Amino acid sequence: MNGLALVGHQFRYDQKAFWRNPAAVFFTVMFPVIVFLILAVVFNGEEVEVRGGVEATTYYVPAIMSLAIISATMQTLAMTLVIAREDGRLKRGRGTPMPPWVFIAGRIGNSIVVALMMLVLLAAIGAALYGVSVPWGRLPAILLTLVIGAASFCCLGIALTALIPSQDAAAAIVNALLLPLYFLSGVFIPEDQLPNGVITFADLFPVRHFFDAFFDAYVPAGGAAVSWDNLAVVALWGVAGLLLAIKFFRWTPRSG
Amino acid sequence: MSYGETEAVRGIDLEVERGEVFAFLGPNGAGKTTTVEILEGYRRRTEGEVSVLGEDPERAGREWRERIGIVLQSGRLDPYLTVRESLDLYAGYFRSPRPTDEVISLVGLEGKADERASRLSGGQQRRLDVGMALVGDPELLFLDEPTTGFDPSARRQAWDVIAGLRDLGKTVFLTTHYMDEAQRLADRVTIIAAGRIVARGTPEHLGQRDSGETTIRYRADGREIAVQTTDPVKALHELTGAALAKGEELEGLEVTRPSLEDVYLELTAAAEENAK
Repeated sequence: MNGLALVGHQFRYDQKAFWRNPAAVFFTVMFPVIVFLILAVVFNGEEVEVRGGVEATTYYVPAIMSLAIISATMQTLAMTLVIAREDGRLKRGRGTPMPPWVFIAGRIGNSIVVALMMLVLLAAIGAALYGVSVPWGRLPAILLTLVIGAASFCCLGIALTALIPSQDAAAAIVNALLLPLYFLSGVFIPEDQLPNGVITFADLFPVRHFFDAFFDAYVPAGGAAVSWDNLAVVALWGVAGLLLAIKFFRWTPRSG
Repeated sequence: MSYGETEAVRGIDLEVERGEVFAFLGPNGAGKTTTVEILEGYRRRTEGEVSVLGEDPERAGREWRERIGIVLQSGRLDPYLTVRESLDLYAGYFRSPRPTDEVISLVGLEGKADERASRLSGGQQRRLDVGMALVGDPELLFLDEPTTGFDPSARRQAWDVIAGLRDLGKTVFLTTHYMDEAQRLADRVTIIAAGRIVARGTPEHLGQRDSGETTIRYRADGREIAVQTTDPVKALHELTGAALAKGEELEGLEVTRPSLEDVYLELTAAAEENAK
């Protein structure tokens, strides 16, 4: 097989393993849907004072899409790669003729496909239950934002594995990093209800910038569909993650 | 060859012949895995020359990896893939893989082909692990402690698989800390202890077991008597001749040569003592 066919081969089996893994499916697919439904029920009818005011349900569609994309990429990769590393599965793969980049590309492909599915799923739920219109005209901007964000958060997820010493620590470390950032970035609590300074602090991290960019892409109330400045910050984080991943990613178990 | 602060192995000099089962035997912590990881290309050596299938593992590339198979000491499997899927996944990595069904029967998992790895017993998982190393139809197979922690019947099955590999003409580099495993499977054995090689030879000749001292034991006047001799035929003749002449019995007469286990324990204990 040539390189690209091999990536496709790897991707097929990554997909099988992903959909059979109850923890991965719950946290990546079910959790964002449940969170969206809870927030939509609680805040339904309210208005959020951003971009001249939007319905809360409209606000939460791109918010939870951002969460779902980060979950499918950074969270899924960090967790499954650490588990595979500590199982010795990465090491075993390195003993075969398969080029290492093929393995990583298959995993990234898996993450991006799941992220796209979550986009479709949440758009459908938002439209069907709360009449949040799907902005078809902005599809190129949405896909561009998704791809830049997904790629960047994949790199960050791979880099993060270097900080995770064991399988048991994986979920704790990933959630300890991401859950506060979701709150501080206005993903769970509408940003007009956050105290001054919180968003300024959250702006130091990529989650906030990605959510901002995704909001602009998805909600016509904002100005331009492509938020280049936010995407640039996200991409910079991604490049930093990539460099750290290249330097510190390891294929052999840390423990045992 | 060292890593971190400690020198793990030194002065290891090994030669493995094509088509043989070579056992690298030693206690835990002796440096077996360090050595085998240098041969597999996982670990860099600080000094020395290594050639595996004509190439230096540190620099060898894809072509070389097409020709070797590796079973790690502790490698788990993807719990969500079936036996067949795990093997098919790996088959895709190689240019000319062995058909999956053939591999499944080589490792004796015919009835389990569509079972997920998480539902296999420990011994069956290990055999799937061996299968994944065989998918590429390698010339040389590394097996790092393939039966550690197995119950006797799982060990016997794993041994049958390994014995079958020799019949296929594979070269097998087996590390183990079980003497009976080396004795049962290997054409040649090298014993390592405390990072140094302490003995090498065929299982029968190891440590001059067949020309070393023989012990003759018997009881006389209620006492245990043990005679060590390098010439057991003469010693026995004199002993039994004298007993017959006096019309006495030699109670509990026993003639023993050191077992491979005795040789092994003696050699490794001495080496570890010296290393302190």
